Amino acid sequence: MSELSRTGYQTDKMWVTMGPQHPFSHGLWTLRVKVDGEYILDAEPEVGYLHRGWEKECENRTYAKIIPMADRLCYSASMTWSHLYCKVAEEALDVELPERAQYLRVIADEICRIQSHLMWLAALGTDLGSLTIFLWCLREREFFLDLNVRLCGQRLTTNYPRIGGVRNDMPYYFERDCMRVVTRFEKALWDIINLTDESTVFVNRLKGISYLTRKQVANLGITGPAMRGCGVDYDIRRDDPYAAYDKLDFEVPVLKEGDAYARYMVRIEEMFQSCELIRQAFNALQKIPKTSPYRLKVSRNIPEGTHMARIEDPRGDAMMYLVSDGTGSPYRLKVRSPVFVNVSASKAMLEGCRVADIPAVMAMIDMCLGETDR
Amino acid sequence: MGYDSILNWVTFDNPVNNAFYPFEVYNVPYDIGAKLWELIGGTLAWLINLLVPGNGVSTWLVSDAVVNALAIILMVIVIFAVGFIINLTMIWQERKVLGRGMDRRGTKIGPLGYFQCVGDGLKTFMKENVVPKDVDKKIYWWALALVIGTGVLAACMIPLSDRWFIMDFHAGILTIYALFALAPFFILGASWAQNNKYSMMAGFRAAELMISYEIPMLLLMTAVILQTGSFNINGIVNAQSEMWFMIPQFLGFITFFICAVAESERAPFDLAEAESELVEGWQTEYAGMKWGLIMLGDYFRGYICCGLIVLLYMGGWLLPGIGGTAVPELVFLAKIFVVFFFFILARLAIPRVRIDQILNAGWKVLMPLSLINLLLVVLMQTGGLI
Repeated sequence: MSELSRTGYQTDKMWVTMGPQHPFSHGLWTLRVKVDGEYILDAEPEVGYLHRGWEKECENRTYAKIIPMADRLCYSASMTWSHLYCKVAEEALDVELPERAQYLRVIADEICRIQSHLMWLAALGTDLGSLTIFLWCLREREFFLDLNVRLCGQRLTTNYPRIGGVRNDMPYYFERDCMRVVTRFEKALWDIINLTDESTVFVNRLKGISYLTRKQVANLGITGPAMRGCGVDYDIRRDDPYAAYDKLDFEVPVLKEGDAYARYMVRIEEMFQSCELIRQAFNALQKIPKTSPYRLKVSRNIPEGTHMARIEDPRGDAMMYLVSDGTGSPYRLKVRSPVFVNVSASKAMLEGCRVADIPAVMAMIDMCLGETDR
Repeated sequence: MGYDSILNWVTFDNPVNNAFYPFEVYNVPYDIGAKLWELIGGTLAWLINLLVPGNGVSTWLVSDAVVNALAIILMVIVIFAVGFIINLTMIWQERKVLGRGMDRRGTKIGPLGYFQCVGDGLKTFMKENVVPKDVDKKIYWWALALVIGTGVLAACMIPLSDRWFIMDFHAGILTIYALFALAPFFILGASWAQNNKYSMMAGFRAAELMISYEIPMLLLMTAVILQTGSFNINGIVNAQSEMWFMIPQFLGFITFFICAVAESERAPFDLAEAESELVEGWQTEYAGMKWGLIMLGDYFRGYICCGLIVLLYMGGWLLPGIGGTAVPELVFLAKIFVVFFFFILARLAIPRVRIDQILNAGWKVLMPLSLINLLLVVLMQTGGLI
């Protein structure tokens, strides 16, 4: 902040309201920033424009009917959200997933993670003023959406996991297609990295801005890649494994720098790790007989009690808390959205940055308003 | 003489024979203007003479003074029309190359998508002319007119060849540059008048950026003028008949190129209209056709920058080894499109630079480089190398 203390003369500070309809806010939300010229002194996020009573609506639906609603929580991470809902229901029912379903869920989750991160990188490209990055990323993302279509018939709202398994087994050509896309993607991602990391302008835009310390991360409750870019080595997939993640070998990228560039690097590396996970999951699937079950029959009613489940969403630590009263629909279903918590850190992230950094810094929490406002 | 046939009225004289011919050398746009007027005015004079034989108006319409006056007006229109078409072509070129680079189609309407820009222009023309309530109306309109006007004026003053020019005078390059460098003041005024925080921030950015890049540009131009010994564009181009200035002044060429991209406010230096944080920059409150004209003015500025690069460093309308060709205008335009292609490549590959970084680069890198270039030119000049 020493740079900011201009003792010689007084300048007027002003509040600038960015949003709810502003090119940098990917979705409907408002960021109010107090600026001194180009410097940011204060920032205040305002969310809630997209509140549609998701949690309340769930209380009037049967457990099975909530799965497609969970898809709608986030347009680019629908698979992980419906997975999370099924997971909390399974924990309440105390059922063990068939092995085949576990691997299929891992594959679906990682496809979802890659396409979500690609959407993020595309948005980062436009935020930094490079439409090329945007279009190249969306081109690659399209292949993963096509995989979604092959697996479950839908591009975005996948509606694939079920309580006690998955809706359908993968088609016979899915492994071939998936391997082709993943192999292609690992090359294509390097093309995109050549466009970003090899460009001094791009790196300079992200390096050295919006530092967060581990303490700040802990106090603000930041999770996901934003947290791992600040040196906190924590990933639910590894530290509290679900589905088949404990049987797979992968690395959790962690960087100590804590600036926007580290958060960017963590996400890029996560995409490579996801490719590796998909590959390993298919290898493991080959050892499981094709006729083995992919879905269990489960009760429609969930016994009375409270249950909590969490999952590593592409954006962070997603959590659901279920209170059931023994009937066919939940008494209460609480969602802990990673973005809702992360966006509260915008003051800590933006202080001392310049106005031009706002899109780049806020892109690093990868806003998704569907899950934030619920 | 007897004016009995239309051929007596419509005579395509050599315009140089006109007693009022304003130039020292042959000028194509003036020729086109004069011939156009001789056709239109001659036909009119013939028709009037048919109705009222032997009147004075008909002979006045084809007299030297009237032909000259209207030829100058038509010449300006011809030069602007050609500049406009060049601009449309540059926009089309940009959209096509960007489309190719980004794996998409670019423009689609018309042959090879050429008429898309025309369609877009018509679209902005049909939009509602919204003026916000609290703007400072006088500055809001005047600044807009002046930003576009100075840009178009400077662009029209760029000669396409030694026979396609508006005026051939000794401080040509300085005049173009002076008109070109006026823009930041009007942009600042426009941004302040809009009563909008985004516009204001963008206006400050534009002023900072353009003023700090004008200085290295002017220093680089000084080096070229030193080497040529002339402010005249013709003189500068003719001095490059044997060797383009980009060879002895390669450093200056590169620096000038970067400055030119910044001066024309194109990506990656388009922080005055950084749409991701400042909505539409200083043009935020200009709706409809006003915005369309600003866009056109921006491309005119891009055209000026390309033109200056070609004139100062790439031999203008001359080809190395060959010298002048039959159609030097096409040579000049081809060079402009090549330079603009590299502008587009920069836009394609590089994200937007932040304002402090760009100012650092301007004052701490490009400014010393332009001074070094000046020093090198002086040394080479005194050493008799060039």
